[in-house]
Amino acid sequence: MLTILFDGIAYGMLLFILAVGLAVTMGLMNFINLAHGAFAMVGGYITVLLMQRLNVPFLLCLPVAFVGSALLGAVLERTLYRPMYKRPHLDQVLFSIGLTFMAVAAMDYFMTSSQQIIQLPEWLKGRTEIGDGPWMLGMGHFRLFIIAICAALTVGLQYILAKTRFGSRLRASVDDQRVAAGLGINVNVVFLLTFAVGSGLAGLGGALGAEVLGLDPSFPLKYMIYFLIVVAVGGTSSITGPLLAALLLGIADVAGKYYVPSFGAFIVYGLMIAILIWRPQGLFVRTGGKA
Amino acid sequence: MNQPQDDERRWQLWGLNSPQQALHNKQRWKLWEPVLWLLALASPWLLASHALIINEIAIVALFAVSLDLILGYTGIVSLGHAAFFGMGAYAAALFAKLVMPDPLVGLLFGMAVATVLGAVCSLTIMRGSDLTRLMVTLGVALILMELANKLDWLTGGADGLQGVVLGPVLGRFEFDLQGQVAAAYSIAVLIVLFVLARRLMHSPFGATLTAIRDNRLRAMAIGIPVTARLAVIYTIAAGVAGAAGALLAQTTGFASVDVFAFDRSADLMLLLVIGGTGWLYGGVAGAIVFKVMQDAISSITPQYWTFWMGLFLVVLVLVGRERLIRPWTWFGGKKK
Repeated sequence: MLTILFDGIAYGMLLFILAVGLAVTMGLMNFINLAHGAFAMVGGYITVLLMQRLNVPFLLCLPVAFVGSALLGAVLERTLYRPMYKRPHLDQVLFSIGLTFMAVAAMDYFMTSSQQIIQLPEWLKGRTEIGDGPWMLGMGHFRLFIIAICAALTVGLQYILAKTRFGSRLRASVDDQRVAAGLGINVNVVFLLTFAVGSGLAGLGGALGAEVLGLDPSFPLKYMIYFLIVVAVGGTSSITGPLLAALLLGIADVAGKYYVPSFGAFIVYGLMIAILIWRPQGLFVRTGGKA
Repeated sequence: MNQPQDDERRWQLWGLNSPQQALHNKQRWKLWEPVLWLLALASPWLLASHALIINEIAIVALFAVSLDLILGYTGIVSLGHAAFFGMGAYAAALFAKLVMPDPLVGLLFGMAVATVLGAVCSLTIMRGSDLTRLMVTLGVALILMELANKLDWLTGGADGLQGVVLGPVLGRFEFDLQGQVAAAYSIAVLIVLFVLARRLMHSPFGATLTAIRDNRLRAMAIGIPVTARLAVIYTIAAGVAGAAGALLAQTTGFASVDVFAFDRSADLMLLLVIGGTGWLYGGVAGAIVFKVMQDAISSITPQYWTFWMGLFLVVLVLVGRERLIRPWTWFGGKKK
């Protein structure tokens, strides 16, 4: 039972890292980016390629995946995304679905459609068990590793958003672009950086999640829905909302699959619909910003 | 204070006497419309070898018209319209299998079930932002997909519902292998529902929907019952989508969980945007362009056709639909 909770938390943490970039672009910048999963996929494939072809150690791959996806995100933001910010949501949805289709087909073409496997280093393979009976807690080392990284990132992100000058600039730009620009904040650069970091985090999540979630070209489509749930349910007030939503989703999904496998995905979707009907803006709502 | 006279003059400039006349002109049948539909009805025989794809186009066009009712006219974004499509498909298939094989009764049954589902789901789209609506509609479609997958004693699960055998349409026209009757049947249903939708959208009811789309607050202020209108149009659109699904199940004799798939809703939105929203023919035009393009590209690169589809979408949005279908504006600077 505790094991399930543990796995659920690990899964939720992973989802959070994958989705936090989306939470920022969607919640703060008000841009519906369905192509977010594509960046995660890119990160995952970078890791796979580096490890399989060049034998780079796993730990080194993670930052590379981050930087690679972030660069890609920055380039795309500058060239393609920026003109889309002001467009209606429908255009944004179509545009990003189009990008996702392209990414999926391109990956399929270059990497074949088979599932990619990551060889974890030995020290991440083990499993520690504490206690016994129904309260036994089995912790896979890799899951522990994921939780540690994600927790560190969460604290870091929260710090950057809440305490640093960049964080306050970002929040100002989001609340009112024109006034922020009038105060001398370079809104474009702020958004560019934010988007790049968000994509980079997705890439990192993809690299971490390649082993847990599985990695194949349909990844962006398969998990896009989960990311969207995290953001929609979590709301856009801060990153704690998406974090809680991701944890809730992760635990509900793992527990649901374990206890009532015949219900499958019902729990997750049902929960989402119930929450969204109850609180349409998500669990945590940001107030005071300009819609 | 000569505002009314100004208005009158403006209307006269357009060759009209009053706003009423403008509205009437909009809803009057143009000469090309009956011609187009007659041609469509004849197309299964004119292009006999393409009857199957004509059938598909008719079904998708009907589905797109249904989405246009809520997206184009009312401004409700939905990524889960396939929920109603699939509901109609399964209802019609099961009806043919378990109750009676008559296609028209089955079609009505499918529509009825989808309509009921739409009425229930309309409760879920009232509140929240576009994102909330996207997610809720998507979630409903996914739940139904899971249901169809899990209730395998009823729906055949992942294998799909097989062995749907239908009687002849109107007791006279047997479905043939070439699909000509099927295509004609689908087109006939499309025409009937299209005419009804056209009538509805040009009625005062339709005008209130457009008002809600353009400015919900103002619509509320002039006394339009926004919530009720949204519920009604969502229910109607669900019924039309159910009809499209029922047609698919009946003409292919098969229903699988794929009818609920996300791709279907996404493709639908895409083709509606290609054709143009808020214009009933947009769905029809989009369906034709999309299906023909899909057919052509996937015959060249069967596996990677989604890439070109995606590229097309990105370019479409970046350049803007208005400019893309008017190539002569590309090099004219900012004139028009």
